[in-house]
Amino acid sequence: MAKEFDLNEVEVWDGNYAASQALRQAQIDVVAAYPITPSTPIVEGYGSYVANGYVDGEFVMVESEHGAMSGCVGAAASGGRVATATSSQGFALMVEVLYQASGMRLPIVLTVVNRALASPLNVRGDHSDMYLGRDSGWIQIDAFNPQEAYDLTLCAFRMGEHLDVRLPVMVHQDGFTTSHKAQNVTPLKDEVAYAFVGDYVPVNDMLDFSRPVTHGAQTEEDWHYEHKAKQHKALMDSRTVIDEVFADFKALTGREYKRVESYLMDDAEVAIVVLGSSVETAVLAAKQLREEEGIKAGVVSPRCFRPFPYDLVRDALDIPTLKAVSCLDKSAPGGAMGALFNEVSAAVYTTKARPMMTNYIYGLGGRDFAVDEAKRIFKEQKAHADAGHITTDIQQFSGLRGPKLGFFQTRRD
Amino acid sequence: MVEIRWHSRAGQGAVTGAKGLGSVVATTGKQVQAYALYGSAKRGAAMNAYNRIDDEPITNQETKMFPDYVFVIDPALAFTDDITKNDKPDTQYIITTHFSKDELIAQIPALQDKADRVHVVDCMQISLDTIGRAMPNTPILGAFMKVSKMYDLDFFLENMKKVLSKFPQKIIDANMEAITRAYNEVK
Repeated sequence: MAKEFDLNEVEVWDGNYAASQALRQAQIDVVAAYPITPSTPIVEGYGSYVANGYVDGEFVMVESEHGAMSGCVGAAASGGRVATATSSQGFALMVEVLYQASGMRLPIVLTVVNRALASPLNVRGDHSDMYLGRDSGWIQIDAFNPQEAYDLTLCAFRMGEHLDVRLPVMVHQDGFTTSHKAQNVTPLKDEVAYAFVGDYVPVNDMLDFSRPVTHGAQTEEDWHYEHKAKQHKALMDSRTVIDEVFADFKALTGREYKRVESYLMDDAEVAIVVLGSSVETAVLAAKQLREEEGIKAGVVSPRCFRPFPYDLVRDALDIPTLKAVSCLDKSAPGGAMGALFNEVSAAVYTTKARPMMTNYIYGLGGRDFAVDEAKRIFKEQKAHADAGHITTDIQQFSGLRGPKLGFFQTRRD
Repeated sequence: MVEIRWHSRAGQGAVTGAKGLGSVVATTGKQVQAYALYGSAKRGAAMNAYNRIDDEPITNQETKMFPDYVFVIDPALAFTDDITKNDKPDTQYIITTHFSKDELIAQIPALQDKADRVHVVDCMQISLDTIGRAMPNTPILGAFMKVSKMYDLDFFLENMKKVLSKFPQKIIDANMEAITRAYNEVK
């Protein structure tokens, strides 16, 4: 029996420690992990809980992140609760196995501490790894601060393991900005947290010898397509389960989460759509702009990055007063508009309001996102709203040194 | 909102000090942030740590700040770091040095119009005398309590003991002595 961990009502934890404590409380059967900056302390912390008797499960040291996710797939197929952590290059090395995990419908939880991808080598936070996972068939939930990293890691087990879902779940937090920033965190007692997560229910487990099953089978043109369609449907249908889990978590803790978070949007004329810790900075900028200059600014964030909340993004941005929206992508777009811009624009196209849409690339490799920069972006949106057309390039780079960089203009002929 | 920027070298305990301060402050119901700007930094490299303290939940996730207090916990960094960067008209400086306040200010042009806001304390000597090695992170907090009047010394010591509870009693006692001396000696 695992020892109970002595916790204060309010702790001062960084995002890594918060995530590792949530993993401990979920009483995972197998963690197979290979540490990488900036998520190393999650693995390190979990290893110490195992060594000191706070966890009954196994900690498996492996030779790489490919090995880590492969170990997780094996353990999950065998019938256990499984989780691991990674970042950046480690995430990239896991990618092949991420698709296997989701295709085999194994509810593994992966805590991802978002970090840039090389080259050039960079250990700091951006969303390159999170975006790399966006077609992998995993549920992806985004935490903006350490409290949320803790809360959402607990929620992730409930979402993925639900019998109507059975899909793996990533819980994202921003490298360094969240993972290494200590803030007030109110944890649950061990028994309360575990009761919320619940006992693991195996499905088609390989260790049930009375009922032999095959995992990871081969299907060609005869059945592959049907499997992938079922998998997509399961991911789309997980929306209701995600909402239920958030509702149960609110009933337990009073802390409310939604698949799309909206701030100050009721009468907004201009809005920023953004992910991760930058959401909090953008909300602060919006509050200040409302007080200082009377600009009606608001912020929207898809807390649930996958399944992409097309429905709720549309609702959040179908505001009659809304004139201009800027989507901020913290990942090098590689010769396209930012992914968040593309996905949000597609949802907004079906609204009555049809606000003007622009795209900023920002914060690559951990470039600081300043309150003043968020204000500047809001003011550019306000200029579009006043002029009645987009007055800048449609895609711009925010906070870039050197000459301005931008692409594409509105056709006004 | 109170904002604090630490100037330190990796290995001198600025991150631990910032988190320790945050933990003490959080016990009084306030909201805190403690973070640092490092990554691939090696032991001895100049680095910054930061604290934010407020009554309301803190949502500013920007790294840069306009500090109310600047702690310089390595003596040489007062000369080589831009310690007055982003300062305000009332920013207070608490600097570890073996120089007197007048001697120090005479050597650092950036501090010359801020003499009434500069406080000096020799955290290096204090930690060598008490803890037995150069570990200026906890004594600087004693000096901060004196300068800021944030908490009584006794209240702060009691809560710091809890933060340090995983260490042997001897080390806890030495840190308490270091904090007390810095509280009494800061000028």
